[in-house]
Amino acid sequence: MSVLAIVPLNNGRPTKGGLEAASYAAAFAKDQGLEAVALVAGSIQTDGGLGATGVVRVLQCSDELTDSSQWTRLAAAAAQECGAKTVVLTHDHTGRAIGPRLAVRLNAGMVSGVTALPQAGAVRKNVFSGKAMADVEVSSEVVVYSVTPNAFGVRDGGSPAAVTAFSAEVGNSREQVTGFDPASADGQTPLPEAELVVSAGRGLKGPENWGIVEDLAKALGATTACSRPVSDIGWRPHHEHVGQTGITIRPNLYIAAGISGAIQHLAGVNQSKVIVVINTDPEAPFFKAADYGIVGDAFEVLPRLTAAVKALDA
Amino acid sequence: MKILVCISQAPDTTSRIAFTDEGKTFDSSGVQYIVNPYDEWYALVRGIELKEAHGGTVTTMTVGGAVCDPVIRKALAIGADDAVRMDAEPTDAMQTAQLIASYAKDQAFDLILCGKETIDHNGSMVPAMIAEMLDWPFVALATHLEVEGNVAKLKREATGGIEHVKVNLPLVLSAAKGMAEQRIPNMRGIMSARSKALNVEQADGTAMSAVRQFSLPPEKGACKIIPADQAEELIRLLREEAKAI
Repeated sequence: MSVLAIVPLNNGRPTKGGLEAASYAAAFAKDQGLEAVALVAGSIQTDGGLGATGVVRVLQCSDELTDSSQWTRLAAAAAQECGAKTVVLTHDHTGRAIGPRLAVRLNAGMVSGVTALPQAGAVRKNVFSGKAMADVEVSSEVVVYSVTPNAFGVRDGGSPAAVTAFSAEVGNSREQVTGFDPASADGQTPLPEAELVVSAGRGLKGPENWGIVEDLAKALGATTACSRPVSDIGWRPHHEHVGQTGITIRPNLYIAAGISGAIQHLAGVNQSKVIVVINTDPEAPFFKAADYGIVGDAFEVLPRLTAAVKALDA
Repeated sequence: MKILVCISQAPDTTSRIAFTDEGKTFDSSGVQYIVNPYDEWYALVRGIELKEAHGGTVTTMTVGGAVCDPVIRKALAIGADDAVRMDAEPTDAMQTAQLIASYAKDQAFDLILCGKETIDHNGSMVPAMIAEMLDWPFVALATHLEVEGNVAKLKREATGGIEHVKVNLPLVLSAAKGMAEQRIPNMRGIMSARSKALNVEQADGTAMSAVRQFSLPPEKGACKIIPADQAEELIRLLREEAKAI
């Protein structure tokens, strides 16, 4: 018996979400006196760092897969091979495509976007876009979980895992990948995985003023984001929109400049561990949700913060 | 082209969230219900645009009681041709997907469009479950969709960017921001919605999970205000006090 983690790869390495899924599977397996096994599709160097998360074995399919139904068949075969009654994925585009299909195939109940290990037969997840939490219980024998990015973290300290080749009859791919547009040219961490985020809203007055936001983000090694109005009017790309109808994030640090903090925006960011708000209006509702606040003009405050960060690292 | 768009009702985005029955039940008193934004703004509007460009029909699909009828009429006012409501109070995504798949399997749809998730349960599970039950291809978090003949050309969110992908119909997808722009129904749409068919159907589905308990996040402590002319102090606090950088 084991716990199976489905680990997506990017350029030959497990994604951060994949390492988090492996860490969750390993921690859950340890609680249950089981062993954790990771499944990857594609080539990796040695164990890809998965042993460090506590996984003892890596099943490696040599074919890179993108089609969710091929992935589902592979994962179902792997679950059978290692006798897994619990399968863990990351709640990103991969977990959303593969997890629910796998749940149907394994006749398993699924809880998506979990934030902690199961306790007393229920597992916690965020609901109402972060405005509340729910403890969910599953009645089936086999269970599928997907873990919210940046909630559980990547564990380390484990020993190298044994890698064994694995294959299964997965059928033909029904999709053809024809191109890729990188989200940013400068290699920023993708927003859902980012630990540090610098975000700005209409208070910046125009897209030409985003240099001061990007400068601070660059100095911190942070990812840039924006409010809904800013992406709707085309100042910034849609994939930067955080909030209830954009991306929900939970970084370690969220800095918001020139964003008033409407309830829909708060819903997408209020799980951030530390929130900093910079706004000229002392009555901006965002201050009520913030840990630190500066009542001031972003055009003056952001460059000062950038200089202070650079001085810190000098 | 025959299109099915799955729409759910959800509390308005400005709703204050509270629970009754010792955290067992969502407190719906005073809550305004809307069409779930991902379903309406992205899936439904793109479905209507494709119908306008290529001909065909757009049918909406909702799982729920008669309480959902007002949001279904709203979707009809925006431009759907007719609606189906599976009359059930589903407990989880698996049950919801079974009800939808049991209707869709005999209807020869070319496309099933869903929003990426509902803004209440944030499950993001029903779309891929429908795809597996029907054994159809599935594209998650689609931001763009064009159809040429029997081929769908899509863009979707992927690690570090947007991936382009081609898939033959029929297809299930979950729609994310970028797919379409919100449409406000006009008076003619609202009037004609009243006479469009809303068919109520029955089917079986079995839940495999249930919410045991809801809770609210802990209140934030007071916000520490740093004077703007000492902005540098914030960086020191973030490193030494909050240990966030």
